[in-house]
Amino acid sequence: MGNSTPLVLSPAPHLRGRASISRDMYLVVIALLLPTVGAIYFFGLYVLLMLATAVITAVLTEYIAKLMRKRPFNLDGSAIVTGILFVLVLPPRTPLWIVVVGSIFCIAIAKEAFGGLGHNIFNPALAGRIFVTVSFAGALNRFIAPTNSWLADGITTATPLGEGFISTMSKGELYKALFLGNVAGSAGETSALLILIGGAILLAFGVIKWHIPVFYLGTVFVLSFLMGLDPLLHILAGGLMLGAFFMATDYVTSPLTTRGKIIFAVGAGILVVLIRKLGSMPEGVAYSILLMNAFTPLIDRYVRPRPYGYVKGVKKEASP
Amino acid sequence: MNTRVFELLGLKSPAGVHPPSQKLAAGHAIERAPLPKSVTLPLQQHIGAPAKAVVKKGDKVKVGQVIAEASGFVSAPIHATISGIVKQLATVASPVTGHPVSGVIIESDGKDEWIELTPADPEALSKEEVLTRVKDAGIVGMGGATFPTHVKLSPPPEKSIKSIIVNGAECEPYITADDRLMLEETDRILRGLKTMMQVLSVKRAYIAIEENKPQAIARMRQAVTESSLPGEVEVVAVPAKYPMGAEKTLVKAILGVEVPEGGLPMDVGALVQNVATLAAVYDAVALGKPLVERVVTVTGLVSEPKNLLVRFGTAALQLIELCGGIPPEADEMIFGGPMMGIAQVSYDAPIIKGTNCVLVKQSDIRVEHSCIRCGRCIESCPMDLMPLMYVNYVKRGAYESLSDYHITNCVECGACVYNCPANIPIVSYIKIGKTELQKQGEK
Repeated sequence: MGNSTPLVLSPAPHLRGRASISRDMYLVVIALLLPTVGAIYFFGLYVLLMLATAVITAVLTEYIAKLMRKRPFNLDGSAIVTGILFVLVLPPRTPLWIVVVGSIFCIAIAKEAFGGLGHNIFNPALAGRIFVTVSFAGALNRFIAPTNSWLADGITTATPLGEGFISTMSKGELYKALFLGNVAGSAGETSALLILIGGAILLAFGVIKWHIPVFYLGTVFVLSFLMGLDPLLHILAGGLMLGAFFMATDYVTSPLTTRGKIIFAVGAGILVVLIRKLGSMPEGVAYSILLMNAFTPLIDRYVRPRPYGYVKGVKKEASP
Repeated sequence: MNTRVFELLGLKSPAGVHPPSQKLAAGHAIERAPLPKSVTLPLQQHIGAPAKAVVKKGDKVKVGQVIAEASGFVSAPIHATISGIVKQLATVASPVTGHPVSGVIIESDGKDEWIELTPADPEALSKEEVLTRVKDAGIVGMGGATFPTHVKLSPPPEKSIKSIIVNGAECEPYITADDRLMLEETDRILRGLKTMMQVLSVKRAYIAIEENKPQAIARMRQAVTESSLPGEVEVVAVPAKYPMGAEKTLVKAILGVEVPEGGLPMDVGALVQNVATLAAVYDAVALGKPLVERVVTVTGLVSEPKNLLVRFGTAALQLIELCGGIPPEADEMIFGGPMMGIAQVSYDAPIIKGTNCVLVKQSDIRVEHSCIRCGRCIESCPMDLMPLMYVNYVKRGAYESLSDYHITNCVECGACVYNCPANIPIVSYIKIGKTELQKQGEK
């Protein structure tokens, strides 16, 4: 007897589940489809042009960065997600050259310079958004009313949270417009409905957990109520909904444990209300998330699960 | 109580993973495999000191004859599993570690002649006599851990065992050996349990079976009500979630308490015994029969998965041939389940006491990516650890930080790897980390 077929020797476990980085990323892309289509519907085909520009620039930038860093490039979808998200948080008539510069910043500086996916401290799309806001303030503060047509230019107007926002609508009509997305704002942030459907997809496929969106939105709701603001307006308007489901839940830049995630979300929620109420800016979602990103390593250091069998005060080494 | 509330709120989901169960051989009754023409018996089939050979080349041996004796308290003797002639004392590859160990090769005379067995009435035996019979029969934990059973049955006097947990969880995918044993050898299992309860003066026992084995649960429940066990015995259907059958997970699921870090189930008054071990205890105590065979599930890509009763030392290839032969796409053979089993060097690897499964499969080696901090490893960990931290620290060589994250608590179940989207072989990093940490401790 004897069989000399060489056998493969791999370490246990020899069975793997379905999870993969690209599966996660492409599920995010699918979940973003509705808000993306919504952005094009509300603000015209120019948004599609911005999307194509951002995604192509982001992927190319990642490819070049990997070449320079002598690391393997694989299209895991993360650069595509960053490109789409970056456009969705931009005003819908942002000049294309700014989209290009911003996308390069997102990938080259906010992600690859830190070591690539998994090593970046800040959410790349939001870091890019803040970078272009600071660099090109004029162009980045020009919002338009929904055109509801493919090619219209758009009329400059204020966003619902902005100074000088005047509405002839009743409160009920305003909430409805905010829920559906028929208001001025960044390209993909206006429709709470479409974002909620996308968020539901992420939750259903286990890509994200519910804790961050619920505690983030909940904190903003409660705190804005306590501070005498309109709580419903504050969770529906601005970038909060998009941030809560698609940005604050970014694995890489949010805490690891459930308790850590809750601390992160509550912290970000408080920051949003404080910035909106006391700050000089109408909107605070991007800053709130980026600031909490900075706290993430600290949260992860101190918020850990209690290991099975751990008895406080007793330091015991297991016998081998 | 507290954890329950947290779990209900979804703040802490119960740990573990749900790999597809793949119990392909579940419907196949146990079949006796034909006697092998020769057997290869490694002298280390258990945790503890290796056994020492007491036969030499050319010796004639009968089935059940001791060929290697225990070399210490935490050790177990090894018996001839076929009758015939000792062909060679050789160095063989251990199916557990892959390292060379001493072994005995016996060539069959085709007669299957047994030594004379001395049956006894278990109830008439003293505690010491029972323990001696268990020790002499070479019984070890047959769920895969292979810890000598007589040692487990001799707890230090300051620890009192209040309950026995019979482990019929069989949470690894593919394996059905214990499932079939519970269906077909119910009586031997319960008799073994009875003996154990008497030896340890235990009045409470739980038989834990994963809820995906309703037949085994029903069969055991019926048998328990019909039996005359000395105390209260309850069959508990536990959730089918890997690694439910790990000792510490099972203790928590059944008793609702955690084994203290670094401790053993006996620290919370529990003793966990696998069902196959109990059947072997019955054979040893009542029949005087040493451990020479076990049920092995042969499964995976083979065309006819089966549960076979196999003499130790039989080459896996013989069993695979009984199940339809090696399929062309197979290039990997695992002893044990797919989650914690060990890849074998050759199809000739011999079945030993801890081999509950021969899994024939196609290898699935994946490219490792950077960790994306998704936290799935933390959610999956049955020991509530942070597996990704071990990867970080081992990569950086910062071994001393590993104990801050309780690395020694890791049971290497592989749930974290199963769920890792970046294909990081976390358990391999953990093994390196544990070894390095131990080296530092020895300095």
